[in-house]
Amino acid sequence: MNLPEQSLHSSPHLPPRNSVRRMMLLVILALIPGLLAQIHFFGWGVVVNLVLAVGTAVACEALMLRLRDRAILPFLGDFSAVLTGMLLALALPTLSPWWLIVVGAAFALIVAKHLYGGLGYNPFNPAMVGYAMLLVAFPREMTAWTPIGADHLGFLDQWRYTLTGALPAGLEYDALTAATPLDTVKTSLGMDLTLPEIFAKHADLVGPLGGHGWEWVNLLFAAGGIALVFLKVISWRIPAAVILTLFLISTLFALPDPDLRPSPWFHLFTGATMLGAFFIATDPVTASTTPRGQLIYGAGIAIFIYVIRTWGGYPDAVAFAVLLMNLATPTIDYYTTPRAFGEERHGP
Amino acid sequence: MTRRLWHFHGGLRLEGHKAMSMHEPITDAPLPQRVVLPLSQHIGAPAEPEVEVGQRVLKGQRIARATEYVSAPVHATTSGTVVAVGERTVPHPSGLPAPCIVIEADGKDEWIERQPVRDYESLDPSALRNVIREAGIVGLGGAGFPSFIKLNPGPDKVVDLLILNGAECEPYITCDAMLMQEHPRRIIDGLLVMRHALQAKHCIIAIEDNKKVAHTVLVNALQEHEAEFIEVVQIPTIYPTGGEKQLIKILTGREVPSHGLPIDIGMVVHNVATAAAVNDAIHEGTPLIERIVTVTGEAVDRPRNLNVRIGTPFSTLLKSAEWREDDTDEVLMGGPMMGFAVPDLDVPVVKTTNCLLARPRNQPHRQPAMPCIRCGQCATVCPALLLPQQLYWYAHARNFDRVQDYHLFDCIECGCCAYVCPSHIPLVQFYRFAKTEIWAQERQKEKADRARRRHEWHLERLERKKREEEERRRRKKEMLRKSRAAGDRGKQAEIEAALARVKAKKAAQQAPRNTDNLTEAQKQAIAAVEARRQRLQQGDDGES
Ligand code: SF4
Ligand code: SF4
Repeated sequence: MNLPEQSLHSSPHLPPRNSVRRMMLLVILALIPGLLAQIHFFGWGVVVNLVLAVGTAVACEALMLRLRDRAILPFLGDFSAVLTGMLLALALPTLSPWWLIVVGAAFALIVAKHLYGGLGYNPFNPAMVGYAMLLVAFPREMTAWTPIGADHLGFLDQWRYTLTGALPAGLEYDALTAATPLDTVKTSLGMDLTLPEIFAKHADLVGPLGGHGWEWVNLLFAAGGIALVFLKVISWRIPAAVILTLFLISTLFALPDPDLRPSPWFHLFTGATMLGAFFIATDPVTASTTPRGQLIYGAGIAIFIYVIRTWGGYPDAVAFAVLLMNLATPTIDYYTTPRAFGEERHGP
Repeated sequence: MTRRLWHFHGGLRLEGHKAMSMHEPITDAPLPQRVVLPLSQHIGAPAEPEVEVGQRVLKGQRIARATEYVSAPVHATTSGTVVAVGERTVPHPSGLPAPCIVIEADGKDEWIERQPVRDYESLDPSALRNVIREAGIVGLGGAGFPSFIKLNPGPDKVVDLLILNGAECEPYITCDAMLMQEHPRRIIDGLLVMRHALQAKHCIIAIEDNKKVAHTVLVNALQEHEAEFIEVVQIPTIYPTGGEKQLIKILTGREVPSHGLPIDIGMVVHNVATAAAVNDAIHEGTPLIERIVTVTGEAVDRPRNLNVRIGTPFSTLLKSAEWREDDTDEVLMGGPMMGFAVPDLDVPVVKTTNCLLARPRNQPHRQPAMPCIRCGQCATVCPALLLPQQLYWYAHARNFDRVQDYHLFDCIECGCCAYVCPSHIPLVQFYRFAKTEIWAQERQKEKADRARRRHEWHLERLERKKREEEERRRRKKEMLRKSRAAGDRGKQAEIEAALARVKAKKAAQQAPRNTDNLTEAQKQAIAAVEARRQRLQQGDDGES
């Protein structure tokens, strides 16, 4: 960057009150309640995912900074790589093999972030690029979720499983995995079952709000996200637009067809909805930055989530929805430039 | 009286740091040995010196006159002898020298004869404006625009509202607050004069609600006047509520059009200190030769407000405020949000110097700039409703067309965006850079146009010469024929007449050279750009 003269002496002369590091750390902190819930319901696999994904992300970040001849410490100190690793880890199934996690995190950092120019220049959300790549390339591995509430592997057994694929004696792989509620509903609807039939068949699938267990994870992610809104780390517009639009559109379809279309609560509190709305869609680098643009961007994500969940080929859709809207971000920003002070018409 | 208030988008709540410089009353700064008076302390053409080295001048005597409409004269601020007319370093971010008049004080501080205006109300507004112009009064809030121009609404404009700006929203600065506390009458009387000049219907004195004392004092002082058309209004303390456009928005809910002026919506804004100066000029016949300067900051032990003669070196004031030189990191002229670091502390106080802020060494420093993460925090606080991140993006990419599409020239350089930016990007610096670069380009283009015109003119001249040559030859032939006929009589006269013709033509061809009509500020800005370019070429340390 070539700064004009006196960059160190230009006004304002007050010490800065904000930093990228502070923002990223607050986001990471806000993830913790949801993260704990996820560990509670899905076991140590979440922790192993985290360690591997964050470790790989940070290592790749350092490597790429080195290769690109950038200052390593200030950039590592901004914690953006840690956050990318965390978001990917939370999205990956709990019985992922180690290489899946490593490949995903490395792809996110190396290709989606640094090959596009590093922090601030990447047009697509790196964690979601990593996730989507894995979903396309390794669809089978990407469904290996542990069932809610079942006995989970112990901490060491989980490590052994992730690293070697070996299960403790007497345990079958099939007994350990279960389709997620979104997945179950989707496949069952595909087999011409109605929702009441599905829920009767899988008694433990849903709770009062959304997928059993998932509803707590979603609620706690939402709580962390709301805290971020109050701390002004993220704007309220994107999450509000995602949630509201998803609510409206799912209500619209569920009202005439309650047996075939899951309720808005199910959509909001199952899968990665809240994680997506508060933590993924709000990634500043790749989201829209104008006030009206953020509303459109959030609404677009919600529409894609619903469309892909309902008619698309994948059970959950947050990653693709976010990536599709990332693509539209520059256009949205351009057409939603706010009216400047004293200006009558909109836009540049 | 309560008045409905509006609000403007964005802005910041900043720590005021105002109390520290308000413990002591305003005191007179010591008379310096020399005063250095820049010829350009205002926006517009520099004043033209009318004194010579060695000449004795009196306090209040005009020493440089305004030669153009947008300009302001300069007056001697003490009696003494002119010892130099030449370049001196002036308070400007570029640190470049500019023409000044230097007066060696004789210590007598002898006034020129002053002529107050006896009954200003009987004076025609334009005569009144002339007195104000002759007094060298410029906007004392910081911009330094010649005040008489802002007292001239133009023939068919009606002024509904005259606003006196006593917001003083920048942290640390208290000169206006102290002025309001100690000299409310001067402000009100000045306001009345301004109102007369503008024929304004209604007046508001706007004060931020953190200046309770000033507010009370003014309200009380107003009770002595029968002036129900003046209202003292408290406005919320939000930076930059003292910005002209923001202030109007808060008070009236109306927005000055982009690229427009307040007068376009029937309003005029002046600073409270300017009103006091107008009062002095009219009722005492005193030109603008002193002003109140806040000398403050954590690196002075006795922060306070001083009544300072224009031309006093910064160092003298800092000493009066018991400055800890070793502990000083930098000295700013102006506040922390919009001020600039002065490279040389012997520069003189000018008409627009409202504050000297000495920053100590041990404060947390600006961190290195990181890439923009497009978080939009800057846009949330931008009072001009701009997208600072896009401005930055295009300024950085030197895309000067796009940066103007995003309203670069509506940016008031308030610094809110840079203050909240988590990536610590010196955003305002980029905007100033883009602005000066665009000016420079426009000037370049003008130059090219001028060169083209000159070239065309040159061709035309060649053509004309050729024609004249032919004409001359033809006439010569004729003359020869005639002289053969009439002998040598009259030949001498003929030649003389021809010579005179040539001379006259030559004189006519000395067309007026295109004088540089740039203001000093623009020249300095351009010089700064040049200097930067050279520096970039010399020591390009590339990526950072
Ligand atoms: S605040 Fe700084 S990092 Fe954030 S969008 Fe504005 S310029 Fe970029
Ligand atoms: S400096 Fe300019 S862009 Fe930044 S906040 Fe102020 S007006 Fe907006």
